[in-house]
Amino acid sequence: MTVLQKLAAFTLLISICCICGQTVMAQQIGSPTTQQGVLPPRGVFAIRNARIVTVSAPDIENGTIVIRDGKIEAVGASVNVPAGAQIIEGRGLSVYPGMIDAGTNMGLVEVPQGASGTVDLSEVGEFNPNAKAITAVNPHSAHIAVTRVEGVTNTVTAPTGGLISGQAALINLLGTAPKEMAVVPQAALVINYPRIGGGGGGGFGAPQQPTNLSETLEANARQLEQLRKMLRDGEAYARAQDAYAKDKSLPRPDQNVVLAALVPYVRGQQPVIFRADREPEIRGAIRFAEEMKLKPIILGGNDAWKVASLLKEKNVPVILTGVFSLPVREDDAYDTLFENPAKLQQAGVLFAISTGDSGPEVRNLAQYAGMAAAYGLSKADAVKSVTLNPARIMNVGDRLGSIEVGKIANLVVTDGDLLEIRTRIRYLLIDGRSVVLSSRHTELNDAFKNRR
Amino acid sequence: MMKKLLILFVIVFVGSVAQAQRVTPPETLIRNATVITVTRGTLENTDVLLRNGKIAAVGKNLNASTNARVIDGAGKYVMPGIIDAHSHSMLDTINEGTLAVTSMVRTEDVLNPSDVDLYRGLAGGVTTLNLLHGSANPIGGLNTVVKIKYGRPALEFLFPGAMPGIKFALGENVKRSATPNQPGVTRRYPSTRMGVEETIRDAFVRARDYKRAWDEYRAAAGKDKNLVQPRRDLQLEPLVEILEGKRYVHAHCYIASEILMLINLADEFGFKIKTFQHVLEGYKVAKEIAAHGAGASIFADSWSYKIEAYDAIPYNAAIMTRAGVVVSMNSDSDERARRLNIEAAKAMHWGDLTEEQAMRLITINPAIQLGIQERVGSIEVGKDADVAIWNGHPFSVYSRVDTTFVDGVVYFDRQQDLARRADLAKERATLEQAEPNKPPARGQSPETPRRRRPTHDDTIEEEQP
Repeated sequence: MTVLQKLAAFTLLISICCICGQTVMAQQIGSPTTQQGVLPPRGVFAIRNARIVTVSAPDIENGTIVIRDGKIEAVGASVNVPAGAQIIEGRGLSVYPGMIDAGTNMGLVEVPQGASGTVDLSEVGEFNPNAKAITAVNPHSAHIAVTRVEGVTNTVTAPTGGLISGQAALINLLGTAPKEMAVVPQAALVINYPRIGGGGGGGFGAPQQPTNLSETLEANARQLEQLRKMLRDGEAYARAQDAYAKDKSLPRPDQNVVLAALVPYVRGQQPVIFRADREPEIRGAIRFAEEMKLKPIILGGNDAWKVASLLKEKNVPVILTGVFSLPVREDDAYDTLFENPAKLQQAGVLFAISTGDSGPEVRNLAQYAGMAAAYGLSKADAVKSVTLNPARIMNVGDRLGSIEVGKIANLVVTDGDLLEIRTRIRYLLIDGRSVVLSSRHTELNDAFKNRR
Repeated sequence: MMKKLLILFVIVFVGSVAQAQRVTPPETLIRNATVITVTRGTLENTDVLLRNGKIAAVGKNLNASTNARVIDGAGKYVMPGIIDAHSHSMLDTINEGTLAVTSMVRTEDVLNPSDVDLYRGLAGGVTTLNLLHGSANPIGGLNTVVKIKYGRPALEFLFPGAMPGIKFALGENVKRSATPNQPGVTRRYPSTRMGVEETIRDAFVRARDYKRAWDEYRAAAGKDKNLVQPRRDLQLEPLVEILEGKRYVHAHCYIASEILMLINLADEFGFKIKTFQHVLEGYKVAKEIAAHGAGASIFADSWSYKIEAYDAIPYNAAIMTRAGVVVSMNSDSDERARRLNIEAAKAMHWGDLTEEQAMRLITINPAIQLGIQERVGSIEVGKDADVAIWNGHPFSVYSRVDTTFVDGVVYFDRQQDLARRADLAKERATLEQAEPNKPPARGQSPETPRRRRPTHDDTIEEEQP
């Protein structure tokens, strides 16, 4: 391009902007830095002329989405742009719901090795139902912006320690305080289902050194019994509190923060995430949840393909974190875990795909889903596995995970297929706020790319 | 005489048996594929002929012998076998975590050719690995470059003519930052990046003296029959080879200051760093790396797993490539090795490398870094027939490998793999029912075969000091 051509192009651009009046580059709205002390405002936005992948309904080849007060107000092929809306020109672009990674520790750890002061993953002791991820999640973690600029707008952030790790939070990856990020501050109880032989899930426990099989199984049964007792104590606590609430003449039961934290879960009002990867633990967790009348979700699920019919029968959803793991057994087929999602899909099991990562890898969620599509999952189901499916599993299917009227406006505007590696994110809206596409990484790139 | 004849017979007979057991490369013609040559562009509707273990021809309407296997490549992509410049696959042990200088140990001595992860790598289109020693020592052990000939004896894996190399390591691993202080136990030297420099400097000072002693001996040996040859030093011999340019240095590093330190030290002693490995802050000192002539072998986007990885950015490949550094994308993990195509494509997503530049990251560039660029790393006539056929563009997340060839021999084929599964499942079930494998009701746990090799992802396996 000659200077003259550039000038002409620039003039053309300016005049196009003038014609459209309200057209803006959405990236430029909001704070120019990654460390946000002030949230970008919830405006009225209209994304028009875009291909809209609603996920919940057929794609709209050329449509408009209107966003107001943080919510999707309208979506369709012939939706009017309201006066005063900031327009995001979507010609040649695609709009997807923001991706959700339902199996992370996002914001609970900055640097796992060599900076233990930045690690808030795991409490001391076996039973910490009152440890809440939302309390410790760091809104200013560099991981958050690094992740969202790749199209992941939400994570389930879970603690990891002990038998009952604590409570996971479902958060927007935007906010200046945990409260602003929270979609569901206490979204699920997290249990490391006792693993035969110890070890496994979420850094729980060093492998036991059993002397023989029967001792191993007895140790496992003891742990399970401890867990059972703990949850029954929670039930009893709830009954005592209820009874007292109805009849103040009864002796007042003591308050107990640990048991109180269990109440919504033992009553089946809220889901319980069981970390379980191998077949015996998955089957065990399903059995245990049924016995205790819990609402189980399996997290991990490397052997879920072996248990697919039971998962379907019992209606237990799975958050798969092992798509990129090496197969469990030496003689497993090379693509066992790449195919795991397709097999669950075929069996009719509700599942989500997750990175299972503490933070740095979460931005690559799209590739985990893409790999599943390379090995048998349809592309549409792969997108669903990182949008609507995790939303449904976490009981927010009515608020997140698809482009539907009334849902939270977490939207990603791309220049191509969401799961493809080369695709770029062009605009990002979280909670109806236009988010600058910068991060610690773009800033370091800008700082050094021209050093000659 | 009879005895001699017999010996001769035995040699000839045994020799021919061994010959017969070697895999003779069949002839294969891949027709009408999209051929990503890497060095000569991407060719549509093109045939590739593999003959005698080499790429015999690339072009349109090629002819093959009547007994050649013909593969319909319509809609498929052929690319060179992926070269992973940083692997610990098939190593039974990785770290000699005791001394600070362990140049006397060799990865070649601990190869396990039956490591199943090798097969899984083949299924990701990988054909060549640079097997590096661990990162517990400022000067570590010697590396081994192999072709993945899964199912063949370890000796057949060795890449003929690959440049000998050695692992160096800087930073947190050699400082043993992750090892807590124990009362009464002296920490191993070095404990700081200052000490790391000093350790390497000291070794090269000794190596220089050692080389001088040998040079003087060799110069004088002809004249003075009574001269005693210097005592061999297995630790210093590889360092002399480095000084003589006969051995490549692959240096694990992270932060800018330690990268500059090693460049300065190498310049001072007159040798070259062939590759900086990981080199997460390479983008901060790209021009210095380029000026030294070193390559960089990196992760696409790993970061924040430890302090020295906190400033890592996924634009590293692009910034260093533009500064003139030969960059490769490695795995350092048997898991990641299976998807190096995705890792390379990330350099297009972050940093705008062209498709060809990104493709070079896992093919010709690592070949250059290992001194095997005349043999592999691109699809050119005369090069080794190390290629993979993909069912879509290798940079698409939706693509997977159909067939992988090494020296013209199929070492992975998805259809064959699928066809075998039912039989293998049956075999497994039979074995599980066999008496010795039945779990006892009580008593000892059934013996589960342990992995022979520790998993390894940059961190070092600590041994008690």
